[in-house]
Amino acid sequence: MKRRTLLGFAATTLMVFGLNNIATAQDRFIVVQSTTSTQNSGLFEYILPMFQKKTGIEVRVVAVGTGQAIKNASNGDGDVLFVHAKPAEEKFVADRDGVERFDVMYNDFVIVGPPSDPAGVAGMDDVVSALKKIAEAKVPFASRGDDSGTHKAERRLWSAAGVDVSAASGDWYRETGSGMGATLNTGTGMGAYIMTDRATWISFGNKGDYRIAVQGDPIMFNQYGIILVNPEKHPNVKADLGQQFVDWVLSTEGQNAIRSYEIDGQQLFFPNATSAGDIQKAS
Amino acid sequence: MREVAIDRSAVTAAARAETADVPLLAAEGLSFHAGEKRLIEDVSLMIRPGRRTVIMGANGAGKSLLLRLLHGLIRPSEGTIVWRGGPFDRDARRAQAMVFQRPVMLRRSVLANLRFALKVRGVRGADRLAREREALERARLGDLAHSPSRVLSGGEQQRLAVARALACAPDVLFLDEPTSSLDPASTYAIEKLIMEAHSEGVTIVLVTHDVGQARRLGDDIIFMHGGHVAETGTAARVLDAPRSEAARAWLEGRLFLDPSRQKKV
Amino acid sequence: MDSFWAIFSEALALIVAGDADLIEIIGLSLRITLTAVAIACLIGLPLGAMVGAFRFPGRTVATVILNSLMGLPPVVVGLIVYLALSASGPFGPLSLLYTPTAMVIAQTILVTPIVAALTKQVVEDLHLEYSEQFASLGVGPLDRVSALLWDARYSLLTVALAGFGRAVAEVGAVIIVGGNINHVTRVMTTTIALETSKGNLQLALALGVVLLSIAIVVNAGVMALRASAVRSAYA
Repeated sequence: MKRRTLLGFAATTLMVFGLNNIATAQDRFIVVQSTTSTQNSGLFEYILPMFQKKTGIEVRVVAVGTGQAIKNASNGDGDVLFVHAKPAEEKFVADRDGVERFDVMYNDFVIVGPPSDPAGVAGMDDVVSALKKIAEAKVPFASRGDDSGTHKAERRLWSAAGVDVSAASGDWYRETGSGMGATLNTGTGMGAYIMTDRATWISFGNKGDYRIAVQGDPIMFNQYGIILVNPEKHPNVKADLGQQFVDWVLSTEGQNAIRSYEIDGQQLFFPNATSAGDIQKAS
Repeated sequence: MREVAIDRSAVTAAARAETADVPLLAAEGLSFHAGEKRLIEDVSLMIRPGRRTVIMGANGAGKSLLLRLLHGLIRPSEGTIVWRGGPFDRDARRAQAMVFQRPVMLRRSVLANLRFALKVRGVRGADRLAREREALERARLGDLAHSPSRVLSGGEQQRLAVARALACAPDVLFLDEPTSSLDPASTYAIEKLIMEAHSEGVTIVLVTHDVGQARRLGDDIIFMHGGHVAETGTAARVLDAPRSEAARAWLEGRLFLDPSRQKKV
Repeated sequence: MDSFWAIFSEALALIVAGDADLIEIIGLSLRITLTAVAIACLIGLPLGAMVGAFRFPGRTVATVILNSLMGLPPVVVGLIVYLALSASGPFGPLSLLYTPTAMVIAQTILVTPIVAALTKQVVEDLHLEYSEQFASLGVGPLDRVSALLWDARYSLLTVALAGFGRAVAEVGAVIIVGGNINHVTRVMTTTIALETSKGNLQLALALGVVLLSIAIVVNAGVMALRASAVRSAYA
């Protein structure tokens, strides 16, 4: 009886284990390494079903920080990279990890802050001056601190403002070392200013009484790019299926899909693929 | 391996006839040390086939330890155990069984406890089923065959333990104070089982400090004191006319401290 | 306290509504966790029983290692499994990264030391009671281990439960090797992490309540089984 029980146990285990593999054995899917900002905004849930309906290809999105997404893709763990950190993306292509980079869309960064506005930056559209004022007032500022696209953009702005935030780290400059959502949760809890992409902010559910303090500066432009992972360097890449996804995102249909995604009547992403220049005019 | 048969007495009788002059079990110069303590010191003795040997002595005299050494549960520090004139091997282990002071019951049914022991001893098929039935009958636990063994009373558990040991058809059965925590009725039942086994040809080695039990069950007595054998002889002789001071003192209920074994401070 | 009750009513609403996505996520969570616990038991029970029942050189070292591995940080396990399964890792050709199988592997690594270390403790105690009887009968090593495991089966249920608890609540490892892909590798814990990062704290907590309810149901079931075993003196 004992032996039979053990055997049954083993058989069940193997069955369950085997099912896992069967469930994932179908090959008509690709893995896209992307960022939390695109995932959390709900964009993928909106556009991917359209792509799947048209091509039958399932898109599996791994949403992590841009730094980790690029690292994963350079290990060959993904077919397409869809992130927002242009210099790092160009390096990715230069290292032959990616085939070619294309602009897809942009949104912009904003700085959100508490209604009391302790640094007096509310309503400013000059982000460099605003950051200087925050640094002078030594008001808490919560940073991603995770080498993500947003973090990289934020560090560029700080150096443009001539502020050495590394020296203030742990004092008023607080690096959470986590994703955008976690940083917003933490930052709003400590009354800090936070730089975030607009899409994440609009769809963020825990705003409290926070509002946008600084926006509209052209240098807060946040460009997204898409790259097919290089099948020559990473032979496991599903180049054909991945290319179909890249082509669709850059096509008129894909660009229109991105444009039509709204939350509370606000458009979150602005398509700007060069091949789709004619559509923008048309709309 | 030994021939397995339901009619145990015939087999053991035959085995005994073959080796009539060779002792079943002999200890030669047996010592057991735990660190500095010499718990058993230079013990030599013989267990003759078909005899009932009772090991007696005060608490701490080394009775239980000696029994475990004879049964091969513990390796001696010095000396050897001789089984049927040869080494103590796998066949020796299979020809022996032991019942402990507190019965060790597996967390299973009465029947499963019997079955486990028989399977371990390589008894299979119809023979095993027959022996299970026989053991249940012997222990008078037929009604409780499918009850968890650990809900049985102490007396029932010990009956099962003895029946389980005997189901293995041993040549020799070791018993370590099997009735020390039982009431008179249960004690009587166990003694009856032991006498039955003996009448079927099983050699008995019993540790007890119950003088009455020693008289009822013992042919020979080994009297232990301080890790030594103080005295051996027939049960009647040792109990009625002890020659050693240790045995005499113990039987009279006195505390005997051997002057030669006192530690000098 | 307002939001506290709001969370409970939301959790209740989630369960009552029987949302298809939620059912899928719960199903995947249970399937991955139960598979991992089952495999961990297949490895950890005999391993722990052997360490518990046998005396061998290096036994103390083995015990210390097992006990230390109980405290493995999930993220570290996730990273190791990621590196092993990555396309550029040694097992890359198996294409297991970002699949439920990868999550099962990570959880198995996390749970096996727990099962083995706790089994060792349970079996060691039981063996103390049985060892002389076993030696007297001449029980061989294999029979010894299987008999100890069988007789300790109800105590070992608690051991499996401890493993289940660790696995079902774990997020650090499965989010790295699973990727939290919607409809593929999204489980309760990674969903909670995702909803938290979206700032949907109430939904995240409601999902936490659902997870807790599942854990309570599983624990209560196992405990009821064990209680009936205790009544019949098998435990």
